[in-house]
Amino acid sequence: MFEYVWLIPLFPLIGVVINGLFGKSIKNEKIIGGIGSLMVFGSFLVACSILFRLLSLPSEERLYELNVFTWIQSGTFKADIGFLIDPLSALMIMVVTGVGFLIHLYSIGYMHGEEGFYRYFTYLNLFTFSMLLLVLGNNLLLMFVGWEGVGLCSYLLIGYYFHKKSAGDAGKKAFVMNRVGDFGFLLGVFTLFWFLGQNYNIWTINFVELSKASHLLPVGGIVTIITLCFFLGATGKSAQIPLYTWLPDAMEGPTPVSALIHAATMVTAGVYMIGRMNFIFIKAPETMLVIACIGAATAIFAATIGTAQNDIKRVLAYSTVSQLGFMFLAMGVGAFAAGVFHLMTHAFFKACLFLGSGSVIHSMHHALHHAHSHDDPQDMRHMGGLKSKMPITFITFLVSTIAIAGIPGFSGFFSKDEILWQAFANPYHGSLNYVLWGIGAVAAGFTAFYMFRLVFMTFFGECRITPKAKDHLHESPFVITLPLMVLGFLAVVGGYVGIPKVIGEVFGGIPNLFEHYLEPVFRISEEFAKEHVQVTAHHSAALEWGLMGTSVLIAVVGISIAYALYIVSPSIPAKFTAAFPGLHRAVYNKWYIDELYDLLFVNPCKALGRFLWKGFDVVIVDGIVNGVAKVTMGFSGVLRHVQSGFVHNYALTMALGMVVIVGFYLFR
Amino acid sequence: MLALNNYLIISAILFSIGTIGVLVRRNAIVIFMCVEMMLNAVNLTFIAFSKYLGNIDGQIFVFFVMTVAAAEAAVGLALMIAFFKNRESIDVEDINVMKW
Amino acid sequence: MNQMPALLSIITFLPLLGAILLLFVNKNSHAVARGIALGVSLIVFLVSIPLITGFQNNAEFQFVELVPWITAGPFQMNYHVGIDGISLWLVILTTFIMPIAILSTWTAVEEKVKEYMICLLLLEVGMIGAFIALDLFLFYIFWEVMLIPMYFIIGIWGGKNKLYAAMKFFIYTMVGSLLMLVALIALYFKAGGGDFNLLKFYQLSLDPGTQTWMFLAFALAFAIKVPMFPLHTWLPDAHTEAPTAGSVILAAVLLKMGTYGFVRFAMPLFPLATAQFTPLIATLSVIGIIYAALVAMVQEDVKKLVAYSSVAHLGFVMLGVFAINQQGIAGGMLQMLNHGVSTGALFLIVGFIYERRHTRLITDFGGLSKQMPVFATIFMIVTLSSIGLPGTNGFVGEFLVLIGSFESSIRWYSVIATSGVILSAVYMLWMFQRVMFGELSNPKNQVLKDLNAREVAIMLPLLVLIFFMGVYPRPFIDKMTPSIENLVQHVKTKQAAANQPVAQSVPAQAVQAAPVPLPQAATPAEVK
Repeated sequence: MFEYVWLIPLFPLIGVVINGLFGKSIKNEKIIGGIGSLMVFGSFLVACSILFRLLSLPSEERLYELNVFTWIQSGTFKADIGFLIDPLSALMIMVVTGVGFLIHLYSIGYMHGEEGFYRYFTYLNLFTFSMLLLVLGNNLLLMFVGWEGVGLCSYLLIGYYFHKKSAGDAGKKAFVMNRVGDFGFLLGVFTLFWFLGQNYNIWTINFVELSKASHLLPVGGIVTIITLCFFLGATGKSAQIPLYTWLPDAMEGPTPVSALIHAATMVTAGVYMIGRMNFIFIKAPETMLVIACIGAATAIFAATIGTAQNDIKRVLAYSTVSQLGFMFLAMGVGAFAAGVFHLMTHAFFKACLFLGSGSVIHSMHHALHHAHSHDDPQDMRHMGGLKSKMPITFITFLVSTIAIAGIPGFSGFFSKDEILWQAFANPYHGSLNYVLWGIGAVAAGFTAFYMFRLVFMTFFGECRITPKAKDHLHESPFVITLPLMVLGFLAVVGGYVGIPKVIGEVFGGIPNLFEHYLEPVFRISEEFAKEHVQVTAHHSAALEWGLMGTSVLIAVVGISIAYALYIVSPSIPAKFTAAFPGLHRAVYNKWYIDELYDLLFVNPCKALGRFLWKGFDVVIVDGIVNGVAKVTMGFSGVLRHVQSGFVHNYALTMALGMVVIVGFYLFR
Repeated sequence: MLALNNYLIISAILFSIGTIGVLVRRNAIVIFMCVEMMLNAVNLTFIAFSKYLGNIDGQIFVFFVMTVAAAEAAVGLALMIAFFKNRESIDVEDINVMKW
Repeated sequence: MNQMPALLSIITFLPLLGAILLLFVNKNSHAVARGIALGVSLIVFLVSIPLITGFQNNAEFQFVELVPWITAGPFQMNYHVGIDGISLWLVILTTFIMPIAILSTWTAVEEKVKEYMICLLLLEVGMIGAFIALDLFLFYIFWEVMLIPMYFIIGIWGGKNKLYAAMKFFIYTMVGSLLMLVALIALYFKAGGGDFNLLKFYQLSLDPGTQTWMFLAFALAFAIKVPMFPLHTWLPDAHTEAPTAGSVILAAVLLKMGTYGFVRFAMPLFPLATAQFTPLIATLSVIGIIYAALVAMVQEDVKKLVAYSSVAHLGFVMLGVFAINQQGIAGGMLQMLNHGVSTGALFLIVGFIYERRHTRLITDFGGLSKQMPVFATIFMIVTLSSIGLPGTNGFVGEFLVLIGSFESSIRWYSVIATSGVILSAVYMLWMFQRVMFGELSNPKNQVLKDLNAREVAIMLPLLVLIFFMGVYPRPFIDKMTPSIENLVQHVKTKQAAANQPVAQSVPAQAVQAAPVPLPQAATPAEVK
């Protein structure tokens, strides 16, 4: 079965070719959407069979490489087009194709009647193709191909409504920010390749070969630099501090795109990449610390911004940034499996949330359109009381919100709690662990708060839309609600594959299947950690239970505050903002980070460019060039007056010249 | 028989008169005649040396110079006439468009 | 397949034949003139294909022709031509881009068509000749032959400021080439006279002082042509004023003369000076990359922006070439081809909209995507290729250049150059956004027509190449690998030989076995 792995990326590529070349003449939305979705579904089926085949093998044999052809070969450098199947990539292709398929399906309904329908599906298929290359590539360069490819599709899809300037700006911003990250990624590849080659004569970028050579790498030193470079790449792609600002703007794209690219798959590429190269990252304790700190900082920072946004998608965007911060926190504390676990559950509930918000926006847009109102259909201040109008959307949305808030029994609880526990109990960062845990727990509280604020503002209370428009509000069609229900279901049960050990023991020794499944991928790191890291304290099960209780309590407090503020007495938030106008404005304006970046980077770059052009090129270089020409012309301008035009002058000059020459020879 | 010096002095005087004539006179015809005088001064030198050295080459050269002078006279006078038709003058001060 | 005799001469002089044929065409029958020019250039391209198929993958010069030409006393000039893996693809690039360039002027040039076509064909003669010449004297002649038609193309069929641009182009290039001529003659006498065979000059061992001066003279000529910062200011003017075909050829082929000159002449002839000047050249390349990107960012004229992007791209080429290792030079060579394809395509694209709107100012456009979807798609693909997105040709070259230079002594320059990938995305995408995205507000833009069949036909081969070279660059790299290996070997051996007194204590065998050390002075950045 494994040798058919190339089919997985091929299917969406076929979709790209068909829809890209002929989509315009096909015109029929059902066919275009059908082709797009079916191709991804095909990949999904192949991915399923590969996963089952993988599961049937003993865990140490769960590794397969397929080299299709050599892409670049020059001197010591060689890069293949080749695929790698191991538990991690198998999981990722399941998420990408599974969630991807649902979102394709959803898009048929959501994008109905949009101009450039075929273009949308072409891009979406292209995205799926690139993402699959990213997760399946067996070497760094192929991963980079996917890495850039998803960035491109993100650019194209964010700028899908290209006639809007904001959409174009957002797309460009996303691409450029990603490029900043890519700069780091490339430097990481170079340094790693050169270091291993120069010192150990192992010239490779293949993951399997790298993992075999990883024991040669020193701890810290150059490896810290390599991993920091890679991490810079991850911050760009996965929207972490300092490169996170593009993600909220990316909400200019159609909502299913936000669900697929900016929540479930692409933005998790950074997490995947660290997971893929865990054997290198584990050797750089300083980098691990940086990752953990940045992850925690992003988690809390984005969560605070999320509390003050009124645009439903922007809240979800900041929530995504924050949740990605949790994943990086997990990676940074060496809990790779927990990070990937959260990646998966997050893909379920966040995709469901985005699609749910899409369903709401779809309905709102429709209603406002009928009422000839120009209100923003994404602004939560116009919503309210939608739960009776859109029951399926409401229930799936609520379920996913509970999951993200970390209420026991739902998927988000298992993964987030695992991360918090690991942040507390990991052996790497000493007493900083408590800080990391604390920040994570508070961020989780904020998450619960702003997510329930969103739910309360959208689905509960009075309907704030004009009465005329209100009658046009209705539940979305089946093609939209079906993916919602599937994802909602997964958001509930998705967590049960990774039940933490302490809970499992209570229920009769249920093992943490997920951790066990991913174990071969992270084995090298585990072994390294066992050998080199001193486990300082042994933590009791009681402590774990206690921390778990605390984090649940914080979540409940967050929900209660949201309930108090937005259901019980909705006037308080306004009073609060009135009391602290500066704080509210700062939070609402995202702590002015965009403006800061403009001030620090964008404007100086432009000014410098302008100076170099008008100042250096035109004045100095061309000044010298034209100056030489002018001097020559000026000199000849003086000299030409000798040419008086009078024959006498010429004759006299000639005669004098003769005299001088003759005189010279006579009297020298 | 006169000594070589005498011939050379005469020809030098003629040459100088020609040169000064070329430089100071304005009438193109006069300048032209002065040029002829310079040429003939050179011819005189040629012949004198030819006789003095007993070498016939100098005399042959004189024929060349005379031929060229004749051709020059033809072309030169034609130019004068063409110029006179244009400007009603053969004053070289008027021939000054060839500048800068 | 046997190697056809005289194939190179046929390729070189067929365009000349075409130009002579064009002389007899009535000056008002434009269609005939265009047809003949296109036909001839197409035939040249077809005839050049056997060069690829017949090329053996080794480092030897192939398709060699050697005929005595001028014998004047002790001076012996030969008609000596041949290609190796390095020049093969540049010749093919030239013959490939010519029909496209000619086809692109179908409606753009309406006056003096016959003379225009003659100029283009003569230009082709010069370009191919310069790439295949193995006799330095012959090279110099072809080098100068290229200059004159280009001067006329800019000066006669150019834009508003054409005379200034043409003069600037001519004099800039002339200054460099005269110095090269001086160095060439000096080299000839250092070699002890005889003929001007390049391969003979390769074997010389010049003293470092002489090498320095000669390298400087050659490098100046080539650096102006590349163009390298700070000698680049003729390029934006020339590009902006030149007609579309002129810009395309200028970008695709003429600029490659400079980089080709470094690879073919400056580096192997003066290896010691090469080592000595590597830091300087690398510095200028890196400055060029960043500088040109920053300047491109604030341009108001699309064509000027593309011209500055050329400077940045060529900076990458120079960086790769001066890494003096397999990856670097292969990447540099590949980047030359990529730049020819991508930037050529960009100039064509600018030409398309200029022909429609007679303006190139970015602010005059906006929202064209809506009106011209096919154009938008093609423009997007070419833009991405210029940015160096993986899967397109631009990436492979750029990546090899960067990894090659990272492995060599110019590591830190490579790090800075890598940041160029950010800037290239900034200026290209920003331009694309302002031209293609946004509201279609200008009424003049609302009636624009999408590309016609001819224009699509022009772009199609370029698009195919963009993807082909991005996904499967092996054929290109494989053909050039032996020649590059040979070159690297040659340069490093010479450098090592000159370094021998320093490394005397090391036994001879050890020197052979160990990787050849670079001269000390040239490698301050070398860590190990």
